[in-house]
Amino acid sequence: MDLAYSERHQIFRSELQQFLKEHKDSAPKGRASIGKASDEAKQWQQLLIKRGYAARYIPKKYGGYGAEFDLLESHIIAEEFSRANVRPGHSGDERVVPVLLELGTEKQKQELIEPTVNGEMIWCQGYSEPGSGSDLASLSTKAVLEGDEWVINGQKIWTSGAQHADMCFCLVRTEPDAPKHQGISYLIFTMDRPGIEVRPLVTMTGEAIFNETFFTDCRVPADGIVGKRGEGWFVANATLQHERGSLGDPNQTESRLRSLVELMKNETIDGTPLIKIPAYRDRLMRLQARMLGMKYNGMRILTAYLKKEEPGLPRWIVKLQGCELNHQIAALAIDAMGELGVLYEDSPYIRDAGMWQKSYMLDLGLIIGGGTAQIQKNMIGERALGLPKEPKYQQGA
Amino acid sequence: MEFALSEEQVMLQDSVSGYLKSSCSLDVVREGVAGGITKQADVWQGICDLGILGIIIPGELGGVDMGFLDAALIAEALGRAIAPIPFIGSAIMAPVALLSGGSEEQKENWLPKIASGDTVFGVGVTEQIARRETDGIVYSDGTLSGKAMFVVDGIDADMLIIADDSGALHIVDANSSGVTRRALKTIDKTRAVAEIVFDAAEADTLPRSKNDKEPLLKTIDAGRIMIAADTLGAAQVMVEQAVAYAKERKQFDRVIGSFQAVKHMCAEMASDLEPCRSLIWYTAHTVNDMPEETRALACHAKAHLSEVGRDIAKTATEVHGGMGFTDLLGLHYWFKRVGLNRQLLGSPELVREEAALAQGW
Ligand SMILES: Cc1cc2nc3c(=O)[nH]c(=O)nc-3n(C[C@H](O)[C@H](O)[C@H](O)COP(=O)(O)OP(=O)(O)OC[C@H]3O[C@@H](n4cnc5c(N)ncnc54)[C@H](O)[C@@H]3O)c2cc1C
Repeated sequence: MDLAYSERHQIFRSELQQFLKEHKDSAPKGRASIGKASDEAKQWQQLLIKRGYAARYIPKKYGGYGAEFDLLESHIIAEEFSRANVRPGHSGDERVVPVLLELGTEKQKQELIEPTVNGEMIWCQGYSEPGSGSDLASLSTKAVLEGDEWVINGQKIWTSGAQHADMCFCLVRTEPDAPKHQGISYLIFTMDRPGIEVRPLVTMTGEAIFNETFFTDCRVPADGIVGKRGEGWFVANATLQHERGSLGDPNQTESRLRSLVELMKNETIDGTPLIKIPAYRDRLMRLQARMLGMKYNGMRILTAYLKKEEPGLPRWIVKLQGCELNHQIAALAIDAMGELGVLYEDSPYIRDAGMWQKSYMLDLGLIIGGGTAQIQKNMIGERALGLPKEPKYQQGA
Repeated sequence: MEFALSEEQVMLQDSVSGYLKSSCSLDVVREGVAGGITKQADVWQGICDLGILGIIIPGELGGVDMGFLDAALIAEALGRAIAPIPFIGSAIMAPVALLSGGSEEQKENWLPKIASGDTVFGVGVTEQIARRETDGIVYSDGTLSGKAMFVVDGIDADMLIIADDSGALHIVDANSSGVTRRALKTIDKTRAVAEIVFDAAEADTLPRSKNDKEPLLKTIDAGRIMIAADTLGAAQVMVEQAVAYAKERKQFDRVIGSFQAVKHMCAEMASDLEPCRSLIWYTAHTVNDMPEETRALACHAKAHLSEVGRDIAKTATEVHGGMGFTDLLGLHYWFKRVGLNRQLLGSPELVREEAALAQGW
């Protein structure tokens, strides 16, 4: 056990703290919205890339900062932005950029990574279909190669941000006769082409976050494939891993809990701050203990990666625990505020611009999206604990 | 940055667990507790021989001078084995009280004896957390009078460290005149807690605990961390047993672990317990390295492990079906160990209140 950082990392941290102190005010406020980045957000991202606090490990030639990869630096960046409650930058799109870097052709990298990192190019993820959610590998949207184009027919659903997206990374069935996991290819293409129809779906928050995306004889260039034909499932799993890495991030949970403490100190009932009211106070302490457990669990995962070991169970639980915890933190904020907690939209008296209700709902979305809680439990049970898979369902059995 | 056990710590854990596995099986525990024994001679001797009773005692005072994280690993191993020996009171809380509140003479006199296992200490601080069924304990003129409840390791103790109403700590010979002890039967037969009545019993005050609550609070923090670690070990066994049973027991022509209802119970237990391990490692580590963080964390570790421990004790029993409810399987020994731990040194609600206070809230 040695929680000290090397001198180099300490300097890195204090420089970052100094940077955050100086530039905090130019950071955009609140959660990043889905869709086009605001000019403010783009400028912030530019500044962060220039200083090496965003897109840090993406090569310079693709628009990043070009530092050599260092896991502890990433950890320090995440920690300090969270502690300062400043919106962090990004490395483009966490779901697709790592895949392009790892498996993309040089042409794809050159054309796509820089604008993505700059926030000029927005992506959407075309995986889920009406008939294929948790059982994603059963997807049936098909693509047929005709000359130098793929012709896509089918439907995607829950495509977050498709209405604003410039690009799509999409799973399609290209080898209909192959076993289900081996018949899928990973295609990327622009969204502004004939044969794509995007119909926004309003979510429970009242906003259209995701969409139905229809493909009718939609032609996309053949060289938009990442990896080989039929390897799409494995390419996608690389991205799912990145996505899961960010869902349930303990830094985010810690920063939410900090906001909750502020709220409970400032809001009162009959003049008593909420944090002094035993029932709320008790719930807060329960959540804090769970948050701390996940924070130190994160340090354990980090240590395993630094030693090039597989973290195992600590890693498998992050999405399940983290998303649930975020949801519960928002739930306490709402309960402690009582009637004020259900105010919404532009209501008078609303607190924190309605952030808590929105989090409460969006966090529920994240308990479902990116692999539902039940699927997470299946994976923990089967892969971490070695419990047997369920037998296949047989018609009439 | 390295948040992991060192090689030496893994070895320590393996050697204690290995010893307990071979010498402190469920059958051994059963046999002992049937006779009402909470300090089983063979197991106690084995633990003495491992040299771990002096885990936090300085080398020049006969100990091995290791850290709290090492101590927590031992407590976890003892919880795993539901070991019927006095450890948390005698080997952890009493040394902390002596080291933080005692005079040089007191330390030199008692710590080597604790480390060798020659003297067992019981520790009574319950009244400073939640006073029930007693009017308290008063110190005057070198003597102690009143009643201490739920004294940790109190039945097997040769000596006692008792907090009076002001929070000052005193050493009392458990066998001296003016001391009456009675075992309080609890659900957990592997450990004993005692009621101890003092009637002008001679008391040797820890001088630095007189006008300073720190020695008392440090003693309580230490006890809470170790109890949490004990629960971690006990709960881990229950998860492992449930998972093993789920892989082997068949119903409807399938192993029950392939039923999602069962699989998800197991996954939830594992997923709730795993962060507890990190919470305990970190908390124990702060005692030596970041003591300003310890109080709130010790409260959190104690309260959170109590909650997760209780859920696991229940769920693991359910996974075993009717077998889980039997004496034969013996899972209930772990269930009860966790149950006693939950209430000792403050039940979760009380301890969470202290966690909030410790953060100035
Ligand atoms: C906010 C949000 C954003 C999203 N964004 C995108 C996106 O951008 N792109 C994209 O492609 N998809 C996106 N999704 C889709 C998401 O990945 C799916 O919703 C998710 O994988 C679940 O699939 P489903 O909705 O079809 O539910 P189903 O798979 O039909 O699940 C319904 C219920 O059945 C349970 N269930 C299913 N299978 C099992 C099983 N084997 N064992 C136990 N229980 C099971 C589930 O846990 C759930 O409770 C998003 C979803 C949400 C909520």
